[in-house]
Amino acid sequence: SITGACRAIQKLTRVRVVDNSALGNTPYHRPPKCIHVYNKTGVGKVGDTILLAIKGEKKKALIVGHRMPGPTMTPRFDSNNVVLIEDNGNPIGTRIKTPIPYILRRREGEFSKVLAIARNFV
Amino acid sequence: RINSDGKPAKFQPPPKPVIIDKQKQREERRFLSPEFIPPRGRTDPLKFYIERKDMIQRRKVFNIPEFYVGHVLAVTTADPYANEKANRFVGICIQRGGKGLGATFVLRNVIEDQGVEICYELYSPRIQAIEVLKLEKRLDDNLMYLRDALPEYSTFDMNMKPVSRLDHEEIPVNKLQVRMKPKPWSKRWERPKYNIKGIKFELPEKKMKEAQKWSQPWLEFDMLREYDTSKIEEKIWKEVSEELQK
Repeated sequence: SITGACRAIQKLTRVRVVDNSALGNTPYHRPPKCIHVYNKTGVGKVGDTILLAIKGEKKKALIVGHRMPGPTMTPRFDSNNVVLIEDNGNPIGTRIKTPIPYILRRREGEFSKVLAIARNFV
Repeated sequence: RINSDGKPAKFQPPPKPVIIDKQKQREERRFLSPEFIPPRGRTDPLKFYIERKDMIQRRKVFNIPEFYVGHVLAVTTADPYANEKANRFVGICIQRGGKGLGATFVLRNVIEDQGVEICYELYSPRIQAIEVLKLEKRLDDNLMYLRDALPEYSTFDMNMKPVSRLDHEEIPVNKLQVRMKPKPWSKRWERPKYNIKGIKFELPEKKMKEAQKWSQPWLEFDMLREYDTSKIEEKIWKEVSEELQK
């Protein structure tokens, strides 16, 4: 049987890609999994970059929401959401339909392009 | 006035008006927010007294409406990272936790097929407005099972208009039986420990009987677990209502 969805994002968690990129949306027999978290602790929270294994390729991604309850007044999502990103920080997709927490705006310098594609904010 | 006979009719005084004193009826119903009631323990009551003073101070400045689990609320918070610095979220209240100034409530909504839950602190200075959009009690105190229910039961429109309240007296109880997604669930809601009445279990009889194995019928008769709050509530209610009316 399959384990339940992980709460915060660490190695080998199955993630849900949320933008409309081709890589994220074409079906594959294995779900996209996290292989590495770019963090001192191996636990990824909102705003961290991770390495994803999708369709046999390695891609970097940005965490936009996880199942773990964070600080109060921050939203908690029902699935671990992720946006595919290039090495220089440019997002691959063109639109993000799912809501994105406002906290990402704190680091507007790094994530300005991702925030520009996002449509709903929570 | 002249009768059909031609003689003047006997004077009949007009019927006395029936006065329904709505103010009296309103006072009969008392609502004390659950975070005022101190938890059972050995802490000094002075701590709770000071906390209550602070809570009343905050309530004088900012109106926290009466609400229960199951109401649909719209909360606007001050957010430095939002457009127009204010962030509005609409959702159904799943649970109310915490006592004193750290009292929290969790609002849940499903936006664009993504379930979102936000835990707000009632007495946080960041909250700018709380509006009750729909008044509706549910059969349970804790609606955490909505996470495993079909998303249609948690979707509420962000621009929902407040439903007008008819009486100033009773809050309607919605006896909705929620349908669930197929198992596995995050918690085994069929077990008697959760005592949930608001789910329509479509499980086979065998599973329901098996779940009753974990029932603890001695719990309700356990005297050490009793915590009678009626007297404490009355005292606190008097204190709070006097302070608020000043």
